[in-house]
Amino acid sequence: MRNLLGGDNFVTSRVDAAVGWARKFSLFQYPFVTACCGMEYMAVSGPQYDLDRFGAALPRFSPRQADVLFVVGTISQKIAPIMRRVYDQMCEPKWVVAFGVCTCTGGFYDNYSTVQGIDTIVPVDVYIPGCPPRPETVLQGIMLLQEKIQKQKQEY
Amino acid sequence: MSWLENIAQKFPGAVKVLPSPAGENVLEVTRDALLAVCAYLKNEHQPGFNFLMDLGGVDYLTFPQPRPERFELICNLFSWPQKVRLRLRVPVPEHDPVVPSVTSLWAGAGWYEREVWDLFGVRFKGLADHRRILLYDEFKGHPLRKDYPISRRHPLVSNEKMSAPGSNGQARTHRIKTPQPGANAQNMLLNMGPSHPAMHGVIHLLLELDGETVESAEVGIGYLHRAFEKDAEAVTWTQVFPYTDRLNYVSPLINNVGYALAVEKVMGLQITERCQYIRVIMSEVSRITDHLTCIAASAMELGAMTGFLYFIKVRDMLYELVEEITGARLTVSYVRIGGVKADLTPTFADNLRKILKELRIALDELHKLLTRNRIFVDRMQGVGVISKQRAIDFGFTGPMLRSCGVDYDVRKAEPYLVYDRLDFDIPYGTNGDNYDRYLVRMEEVEQSVHILEQCLQQIPGGEINVDHEGRVLPASEMADYGKFGRTKGLLQIEALTDPTLSGGNSRLRDNIFPDNKRAVLPAKEKVYGSIEGLMNHFMLIMEGYGIAPPIGEAYQAVEGANGELGFYVISDGSGKPYRVDVRPPCFALMSGFHEMIKGDAVADIIATFGTVNMIAGELDR
Repeated sequence: MRNLLGGDNFVTSRVDAAVGWARKFSLFQYPFVTACCGMEYMAVSGPQYDLDRFGAALPRFSPRQADVLFVVGTISQKIAPIMRRVYDQMCEPKWVVAFGVCTCTGGFYDNYSTVQGIDTIVPVDVYIPGCPPRPETVLQGIMLLQEKIQKQKQEY
Repeated sequence: MSWLENIAQKFPGAVKVLPSPAGENVLEVTRDALLAVCAYLKNEHQPGFNFLMDLGGVDYLTFPQPRPERFELICNLFSWPQKVRLRLRVPVPEHDPVVPSVTSLWAGAGWYEREVWDLFGVRFKGLADHRRILLYDEFKGHPLRKDYPISRRHPLVSNEKMSAPGSNGQARTHRIKTPQPGANAQNMLLNMGPSHPAMHGVIHLLLELDGETVESAEVGIGYLHRAFEKDAEAVTWTQVFPYTDRLNYVSPLINNVGYALAVEKVMGLQITERCQYIRVIMSEVSRITDHLTCIAASAMELGAMTGFLYFIKVRDMLYELVEEITGARLTVSYVRIGGVKADLTPTFADNLRKILKELRIALDELHKLLTRNRIFVDRMQGVGVISKQRAIDFGFTGPMLRSCGVDYDVRKAEPYLVYDRLDFDIPYGTNGDNYDRYLVRMEEVEQSVHILEQCLQQIPGGEINVDHEGRVLPASEMADYGKFGRTKGLLQIEALTDPTLSGGNSRLRDNIFPDNKRAVLPAKEKVYGSIEGLMNHFMLIMEGYGIAPPIGEAYQAVEGANGELGFYVISDGSGKPYRVDVRPPCFALMSGFHEMIKGDAVADIIATFGTVNMIAGELDR
């Protein structure tokens, strides 16, 4: 019987899946909106694209209550420490979404003032490319994040 | 004797009239006389120059023509209601870069002067607050100097810090200011922003509070400084367009048009009538999206979520319309020097009319929801007030200025494109408070709809692009079919290729070696399908061959959604801009923001900030 159920792992993985399922549909996001991408972020939460369908509509403006840090828009050297501080203040488990090409790589702002990708400052889970990304791309990014959350090893 | 020469005679040896091929009024003033000349121009001269529209710097280190000194300070003055512009150029030597401050005359000058210090390292004698504004204290050097390499960075957070144990404590915290000696010890200092739900975009307010009342406030900006002006010097004239999109990203098309008009002014280029109409149509569509966003966001911040949803719905329709024409929803890069990228689609007029109908319904709904809503009115009326005189001192423009009762609108005052042929009104308020600003914006949306309807009736057929000499190129060839995937007809086009590239067919010689000065890129199907098109494209794109306006400078203002959006462009005759200075409307608005919230409650800041419609992209550039 023990062999049939796959050992102790059997029970653990089921709980993992259940927790992952619950977590992926209740994403509380912290929108760190700085620039142009914010306009598309608005469109995504607007009636036409409706982020609510993914259980990710409710923004929390306190990092303590948020699960996902949405970095939306260019991060300059001046604001980098502040974004880092917001990330540090978030509780585990936490994820980071890089929204737009500026946050992924710095985009076409290869200059003295722009951080060349936020992954030089915080770890990133999902990169959404585009300048700014279309709402559909954002929705796909959310789904990729959900997939990742579902599959990952859950800590609880 | 012209009035400029009269001024020069009043200050012998200190003021010189400079010639301007672009037809502008330009004076060269010595720095010792600057304060006296400005005081005279503002207070005694007729007309009096009551607006300081823009103050910026130029570094002439690598300019091909000799200049009296390395640096130059530029003051763009404007006289309202006489509608006269005047530019002062003040040479500043490299060994002693100090200029007298004009903050005593124009309250708005302070921020501009801090910016010039920040980016050029020119100091101002008499400027009370002489700190950096866009960059941070740890930054070394002054990035807009020509000898500053564009990618020399001074990061505040580095990768090593992230991986180090206990990294939480190592990230540099935001400095919280300690109370000034003499400040009331009872008062509380509160940091609001840079990451705060109501500070959309990124801005930092340091508030001194007595209970709930704002005693004083300090505005910190620069968190979205993306070095637009430095980037513009590193790319070709046409490549600047994508950067202009991202200045005011809520109305990118107006930025496109403003920059194109400034460059065309330097080149002396007149665009076709149809193209002028197209530019007006796209500008007004952009203005509507901007105002919708502003009203929607400020209503949402006061708790009126429904209004936000109604307006975002219509805005999305407009984005899709913009996408139909330009290929992008938001960052469009639609305008070109000498024209636009592509003609309007055949279905455009019908689609636009349908959307305008929806827009009218949404406007009615929002009027019903908000305009006489007791809670909304109580939170808006009499809040965030600024007087007419202070607004002019700070250089306010756009809906903010009009809410104070000054009906200054660039579209009426100095009509560009075809605005003089269109019938529209300039709404203005009387109280200068949040409620008036809300009403002004709502009415401006109505007026923009009115303009669009007239444009749809009046727009002529014909070509949309001209070349440098004003010759008309056929629109059918210029339309960018290839980019939209309609390549069916292109297969039939015979590709004219010549392996020698020297032009075996002498009749086509002119086409194979097109005039260097031609301004407009050929259509993609010509580039891919014929050697002339390819050569033409190549010549325009390759550095040193492409668009190169003659040595000169021009300032062109357009009415942005937030006010006067000015582009001051200097060409050194090469393929890249020598300097592109932007006069962002938000910059002046935010420099006076602390006065608008003084005496109000903390919660009122959110209502006031919403109606200012600060856009970080153009504020910090």
